[in-house]
Amino acid sequence: MDVKFFLTVVLNSLTLAALYFIVAAGFTLVFGLMRVLNLAHGAVYLLGAYVGFEVMQATESWLLAAAGGAVAAALFGVFMHVAILSWMPGQELRQTLATIAVSLIAADLMIANWGGLSYQIEVPDLLFGSLPLPGLGRYPIFRLTLIGIAIAIGVLLWLLLNRTKLGMMIRAGVDDRDMLAAMGKNVPLVFIAVAGLGGLLAGLGGVVGGSALAIAPGEDARVLLSSLVVVIVGGMGSVVGAAMGALLVGFAEQFGLAYTPTYGVVYTFLIMVAVLAVRPRGLFGAAT
Amino acid sequence: MTDPTPQFRLWLTAAALLVVFPLLAPAFWVTQIASQSFILGTIALSLVLLAGYGGMVSLAQLAVAGVAGYFAAYFGVHSGASLGIPLPWGLTILVGLAAGIIFGTLVGLIAVRCQGIYMIMITLAMAVGLFYLARQNLGFFNAYNGFHGIKAPVVLGLDMRQPLPFYYLCLVCAGGLYAFVVYLGRTPFGLALQGVRDDARRMRTLGFDVERIRVMAFALAGFIAAVGGLLRLWYGGSISPGSINAGASITILIIAILGGMAKPIGAFAGALLFVLIQNFAIDFIDRERFNTMIGLILLAIILFLPNGAVGLAESIRERFRVASGPADRQPESGATPEVRPKP
Repeated sequence: MDVKFFLTVVLNSLTLAALYFIVAAGFTLVFGLMRVLNLAHGAVYLLGAYVGFEVMQATESWLLAAAGGAVAAALFGVFMHVAILSWMPGQELRQTLATIAVSLIAADLMIANWGGLSYQIEVPDLLFGSLPLPGLGRYPIFRLTLIGIAIAIGVLLWLLLNRTKLGMMIRAGVDDRDMLAAMGKNVPLVFIAVAGLGGLLAGLGGVVGGSALAIAPGEDARVLLSSLVVVIVGGMGSVVGAAMGALLVGFAEQFGLAYTPTYGVVYTFLIMVAVLAVRPRGLFGAAT
Repeated sequence: MTDPTPQFRLWLTAAALLVVFPLLAPAFWVTQIASQSFILGTIALSLVLLAGYGGMVSLAQLAVAGVAGYFAAYFGVHSGASLGIPLPWGLTILVGLAAGIIFGTLVGLIAVRCQGIYMIMITLAMAVGLFYLARQNLGFFNAYNGFHGIKAPVVLGLDMRQPLPFYYLCLVCAGGLYAFVVYLGRTPFGLALQGVRDDARRMRTLGFDVERIRVMAFALAGFIAAVGGLLRLWYGGSISPGSINAGASITILIIAILGGMAKPIGAFAGALLFVLIQNFAIDFIDRERFNTMIGLILLAIILFLPNGAVGLAESIRERFRVASGPADRQPESGATPEVRPKP
């Protein structure tokens, strides 16, 4: 076996998994707390990417672009929650259908505004180019950074959930919403915060993904699909599950693509089916 | 159900109108509007069967129709000579239907392990997965290109690709399947399925095999979707990954929501509405912004009319009936008071 090729595929898998984790973490958090299956998550990702691209064009600062994309996506997440989803609390199916409607509108308006062209956000000079690595030649620095970003986000999320008051309320809400409300906590406010956090992570994922890969119509469906599979495999509502699911899906996709090009997507689904057959609630999903 | 005669008369009138319609209407209305509504309505009917009777919303029904279409294309006559095994048309249809039923059952076997929005998620993932597989795979799905130049068969000298015979073919398929679904709702199986929808735990306690009933519903829905898939294949003459992408899958859901999922007729009402909007919206808005408009309509229906157009029509009729006074209907129902519909 070609070791260099193998190592490149491993790194590709890791970077893809990193991107999937960033996006799916927001998706799984929103679902865990609010029981809302946000099928507009892909559209939020794409919105973050486009806004990031525009900010990059205007300011030429990647950090500002990342902040702009993330904040725009967070605002959109909050807007969607306040304007639409909070009007039908507890009606999961109706909320899901409403997010489908929102994703249709959002995707169409983004095509109207940015057209069908493919964009890419410029990577900052510091992270541009490639790095020589032992055993596999050169590898793009930004893709390696992506892994670091995902780990940093994972750690920050862990700290937020386990070391702050908000995190405590979110975890309590995931376990028992009604009890949290009965304790006198402002649950609607926690919901808004999590809706914003979910959008923030999707938007950040959009900017990062838009720098490493490309921004184009259709990316929203691809991202939504991978988020769905990641959280189905990892278990809804679990951030650790999202990380594990992202790794599994990233590796399955890249290795499938590298070694059996025309069946790459099948492995992702075999994993999903296998997990569902053995553990319907996902690897790290809580018992309902 | 209290007075079947007027209802029967209504159905007879509707059937007669649908038979006479293509002889009077312009060709555009026959093919573009009516035939297309029947086809999309048939695929949506399979979703309404699952959602209305079974409480299971599947986003993979268009994928099931697509699998039937792909198999019928691969094992039928099309313009790309390099790929596929052309069979006689009868076998082509059988292979297509069988593929749809098998794939629909497989989807069901996986999907019934989860309920509610989890099921939406899994069926959507399977539908989008099939799209990516079709786009990547060259050996069977012919990747990006798909299959083109597919024609409906000539049966006993009757050319099914002509607008008029094709309309009647669609009418017979859609009407037959609609009657089948309505009938199914009254059979022991249909009642068991509705029982599972209302309270799966109680049905299990009563000794019903809940999983088997659900999977069987998926198999039946697979058959219905497969028929719709074959009609759609002949209507368009081609099939490619674009015809089974996420947007197309969601179109079927939109149709079911537009019409309402509580009754089988909702599928066809929704399909007709969707096709009309699709064809005439360009008179009001930019053609490119069709999705924005359909999304807004969808959002409005989800927010204000949870039972779709059929639900709206029924509530208007009910109000009208109350306004005109139930006195004229009182003698027929005898001692039992007028049954008020559930709110």
